[in-house]
Amino acid sequence: MSAREGRHIIMHFPPWHLGCLALAILASHPIHAAVEPLPDLPPPVGRNVDFAADVEPILHGRCYACHGPSLQTNGLRFDRREAALRGGYSGLAILPGDSAASPLVHRVSSPEDGFRMPPAEPRLSPEEVGILRAWIDQGVPWAQGDAPGTARPRVSQAEHWSFQPIRDPEPPEVRLADWPRNPIDRFVAANLESKGFRPSPEASKLTLLRRVSLDLIGLPPSWEEAEAFLGDLSPDAYERAVDRLLDSDHYGEKWARHWLDLARYADSDGYEKDLGRPFAWRWRNWVIDALNEDMPFDEFTTLQLAADLLENPTPDQLVATGFHRNTLRNREGGTIYDQSRFEETLDRANTVATTWLALTVECAQCHDHKYDPVTQKDFYSLYAYLDNVEDVDVDAPLPGEMGPYLRNRAEYVRKRQQLLEEHHVPELQPEWERQMKIAGENPGQRTDWDLCYDVLFQMTDNGWHVLHKERGERTFREREVLADYFIDWYYTVVSKQRIEELRFNELRKKLKDLKSSYPQLSKARIIRVREGPGETFLRIRGQWDRKGIKVEPQPPSFLPRAARRGGATRLDLAKWILSEDNPLTARVAVNRMWQEFFGRGLVRTSEDFGTQGELPSHPALLDWLASRFRAEGWSAKRVHKLIVMSATYRQASNARPDIAGLDPENAWLASQNRLRLPAETLRDSTLRVSGLLSPAVGGPSVYPPQPDGVKELTYGWDTDRWEESRGPDRYRRGLYTFFQRTAPYPQMMNFDAPDSNRTASRRRRSNTPLQALNLLNDDVFVEAARALAIRVLSEAAPDWDARLRRMFQLALARFPAEREAGWLSASYGRQTRLLEESPAEARQLARVELPDHGPVEIAAWMGIGRILMNTDEYITRE
Amino acid sequence: MTLQQFRAIQRRRDFLKHVASGIGMAALGDLLARDGLTAASLPDVNPLAPKQPPFQAKAKHVIFMFMEGGPSQYELFDPKPALEEHHGSALPESMTKDLKLAFIKPSAKVMASKFKFRRHGQSGMEISELMPRLGDVADDICLVRSMRTDAFNHHPGQLLLFTGHTQFGRPTMGAWSVYGLGSESQDLPGFVVLTSGRGTSGGSSNFASGFLPSHYQGTVFRNSGDPILYLSNPDGVSDALQRETLRSVRELNEMRFEETGDLEIASRISSYELAYRMQVSAPELLDFSAEPAHVLDGYGVNSEDEDQRQYATNCLLARRMVERGVRFVLMMDASWDDHSELNKNLPKRCQKVDQSNAYLIEDLKQRGLLDETLVVWGGEFGRTPMVELRRPDDAENAGRDHHPNAYSMWMAGGGLAGGQVVGKTDDLCLNVVERPVHVHDLQATMLHLLGFDHEKLTYRHMGRDFRLTDVHGQVVKELLA
Repeated sequence: MSAREGRHIIMHFPPWHLGCLALAILASHPIHAAVEPLPDLPPPVGRNVDFAADVEPILHGRCYACHGPSLQTNGLRFDRREAALRGGYSGLAILPGDSAASPLVHRVSSPEDGFRMPPAEPRLSPEEVGILRAWIDQGVPWAQGDAPGTARPRVSQAEHWSFQPIRDPEPPEVRLADWPRNPIDRFVAANLESKGFRPSPEASKLTLLRRVSLDLIGLPPSWEEAEAFLGDLSPDAYERAVDRLLDSDHYGEKWARHWLDLARYADSDGYEKDLGRPFAWRWRNWVIDALNEDMPFDEFTTLQLAADLLENPTPDQLVATGFHRNTLRNREGGTIYDQSRFEETLDRANTVATTWLALTVECAQCHDHKYDPVTQKDFYSLYAYLDNVEDVDVDAPLPGEMGPYLRNRAEYVRKRQQLLEEHHVPELQPEWERQMKIAGENPGQRTDWDLCYDVLFQMTDNGWHVLHKERGERTFREREVLADYFIDWYYTVVSKQRIEELRFNELRKKLKDLKSSYPQLSKARIIRVREGPGETFLRIRGQWDRKGIKVEPQPPSFLPRAARRGGATRLDLAKWILSEDNPLTARVAVNRMWQEFFGRGLVRTSEDFGTQGELPSHPALLDWLASRFRAEGWSAKRVHKLIVMSATYRQASNARPDIAGLDPENAWLASQNRLRLPAETLRDSTLRVSGLLSPAVGGPSVYPPQPDGVKELTYGWDTDRWEESRGPDRYRRGLYTFFQRTAPYPQMMNFDAPDSNRTASRRRRSNTPLQALNLLNDDVFVEAARALAIRVLSEAAPDWDARLRRMFQLALARFPAEREAGWLSASYGRQTRLLEESPAEARQLARVELPDHGPVEIAAWMGIGRILMNTDEYITRE
Repeated sequence: MTLQQFRAIQRRRDFLKHVASGIGMAALGDLLARDGLTAASLPDVNPLAPKQPPFQAKAKHVIFMFMEGGPSQYELFDPKPALEEHHGSALPESMTKDLKLAFIKPSAKVMASKFKFRRHGQSGMEISELMPRLGDVADDICLVRSMRTDAFNHHPGQLLLFTGHTQFGRPTMGAWSVYGLGSESQDLPGFVVLTSGRGTSGGSSNFASGFLPSHYQGTVFRNSGDPILYLSNPDGVSDALQRETLRSVRELNEMRFEETGDLEIASRISSYELAYRMQVSAPELLDFSAEPAHVLDGYGVNSEDEDQRQYATNCLLARRMVERGVRFVLMMDASWDDHSELNKNLPKRCQKVDQSNAYLIEDLKQRGLLDETLVVWGGEFGRTPMVELRRPDDAENAGRDHHPNAYSMWMAGGGLAGGQVVGKTDDLCLNVVERPVHVHDLQATMLHLLGFDHEKLTYRHMGRDFRLTDVHGQVVKELLA
């Protein structure tokens, strides 16, 4: 709506109509400057109009298509009087008795494209507008009986497959009776048979072990494991290998990574300042632990969505709500509180919808979804569940922290107070607070104080709240936050000289040193319910400052009626998400598991189960898995085991020329797929095969070496924090690498790790020259090749063939083929000659001297290592 | 791929044909010669192969000189003598009530510009005394005084400028360009990023590929260390040794391909070859020894001022990249965010960039490249007529806040009509009064010059066809030659 119509209409509103519509219009389009006179409205016709004869033909012909029984664009429908008078998301459309003020009349007579209704030509004639005006002026008479338009959603949507209840289908009979190992295979084989094809043979034992190991724990098997597996000829050898992997603590690390993608986990705020989040990892740890103990998915869901609403939640359970805290935070100067909160809540609603429902509801933040039945009202009803949330960091001591903290606390507090007093903080801060409050109430008087006041909101999570609290009521933590802020930002309101007199820079450093010299408690980033009454409004066109109608927390309206009941808290949201009647959650979850084991989900668009997503390749199998998942206690490990035990999973991954033309993406599963390893797995495997990997599970993020100049690319405020980790922390799994949103670790980005700004349901597997450069030349991989060479030289029998065998076993978990050995032997010879010609380079490469092996030999074996670690096979799960 | 094709490439000889060029010209030259192959027979596995746009393209390359932070239009491009009348007083509320500003309130006092403007070229274009050299090329540039955007904060503003949307996740215009046109360079990435000054607040989101495949994202040419991350051989690995490694990797990959029949391996081989060609050609790109002294001096590459040297080097690199077929060069210079000490800092920044900007235009023109290269210079928004005074006791501290409603950018080359000013702002440059050019319109126009209808260059994601201009944008006809 343009500003001029808006203003004009407001002038015509009687005061009691200045409801949300008027407010919304006032706030709209701040950039429009010109106010032009309103065009004349056609006059009302000078007679009593008859609804059936005069009005309904216009409404029927020109409005019902979008505002009628099957579609209610912008929440508006004109086929029933009551609905027509209720208006839409932008407010009232018809003001009975006052046609000149009725937005409907302005819409149908506007000359402005994009604003005028209906959007399609021809325009309503002046006569037709006149009829509508007279009808409104005459009190909106309706036909007798108010023809009950049937309220039904768009037909195709009601019938959309994913909105139907989950069935529990019987696995079909198949002709290949001895192939299936479990019911999964019967679904797959039946489909293949119907197309006239057979599945692929089983992969070799070694391929299979490497595959299942990479899939379940994200690490390749050690050669000892592989050898034991090869030698174990008992029928349950594979099953026991699977059980061992499912029990490994590394299992949680592998599967946490997928959940972190969905939760857009990062260790920094994002946006301009991109401050670090030193305790974000607490939530990551919670996820790893939960997955390792196979926490049922319903509990896993409930805790993350609403642990704070449980009765007496434990601190550990509260940590789970950190899921929502992974949203970005803009601390840039000038960020507006309401806008910032709006955008964070939008992101939370989108993330919840994609993660649990695979619904891309984003479009509906501005308008009713064009293809899916998600209306704008549905979107804001989902948004409403998350609207009354407040971010808070709480003390959440790790085991062993509490005792030392309590023993030293009094002394720490005393010393801190002493420092503050030495620098006159207690004398100056109260007056500063008084001035701050004045600035907050009188914006625009003093630029410097405005800045200091605004930044308090941007740089602290609860600063305004604390400022307005009585001093006596503030907790120690709150006092600390405000005093620290005062010391950091006082310079904005006094002269440089004054700050120098007070020696605040020195004080800041002393306080920091003091803090780091006393035991502190670890914190957790959680959410809780915000105090005060919360009302949620739909936002017109998704603009934060244009409030539409009020909405209540509610599940989407298009799902089966029974699925829609429920209360209004996040806990109710969790209950609804997990309810029997919700056909999406279980399907979405098992589809993502399938995606990790085959490279694509049964529904390829794992983020979108709506009408624009793809159809399932095996709908019955999807339902069968979903119903198993639900019926068997939401155990992810059980489904994982079911999948990896299947013959379908165990097939060879060689291409199938007989089917490739018909099924280029291998949706029918006539073979397994070769999948390039995810970024983290690539790092982890490399560290593992070279023997460098630190096996520690959990803990704060680490800073492995990265090339100079990466962090300098952005201007995040505290990017100086990339102080390389020492010792084993240099060799932790990729999952633990500190994720700085504006300058992520380059190897991760080169290999398609998501940027963590949005929820990510599946990763790409791109194939780029930068990946080649990364693997060839990055020090991390060179160092691993060195370690691998040294390992081979010290572990293998002292002959060339044994060493090559050992290197293949470590790097690729297999034996070299004859022609591979032949080629590499020649290459080894050529490399040796090159290195002998330039011994300085050989020393540079080898770096170390071993008693029985000169630098040339070490460097040449490094060369073989680098070759193997750059092969397609090495970076692929076959 | 059809079954027949599949079977065909399973045979080793044909496989070699399929993946075409050898690893590194020198190393596997013999192999190439034996099979009589060149890189040109690669198409199936190269997503960056050059493509013809649907319409006649005026521009084949883009150099986007992004001045992060928002250069002040008052001091540089849009003279506003009326500011002097209001200098030191607040504007009437009726004029400012729709303003949303980042740091100051609309009631802050107005600040006149200290700098004079002069007319240049046949068109008499008014440009500030801070950019005298730009005046020399006035007849080649289009000055747009009526730029507009929706965001008044840096990061959202930069996202809107580069992706058409203020929130994360969309592809940037460089990625769209390479997606639409491919790359003409066999040895360099199609979309390159050069930086000077400090980091930008948009960081990598200014050149990300969003939901487009990652080979469309910008590759950063770095100012220190390797020009491209991981470009040089590891310490102790000679070129000969690296070639031996690559040759063996390829050999093993071919064996694996025969075993598995997975086409992805062919694609991997091709990536390794491009990687090696980058290793060979990037140093040549960076080697300015063949550039005559007057060119180096023209850009200011040997300036004594380090900041200027860096900026000038990037300008010369941009030209050399365009010569070598790079599609989109994004130069990011940070920061022009003059909230304070504007009168002290802005002249320094201008000094740093003015000579190189003008010489880049002249150099491109002299080489016949300006016609096919679109050059764009500007920031994510402009600045306020009102002063921002962070230290009320220190008048020298004065600066200007962010202003999205009206600001200036300039462009040149690539099918634009030079020597003209497009658009007009009101007396105080609070708003645009004539021919508004929203950043979406800029994007639509850039794509038009590259040969696309901005509404048709789309990519399907999450069930919807997305485009650079979101649901907006109109080509600015006035800008076209």
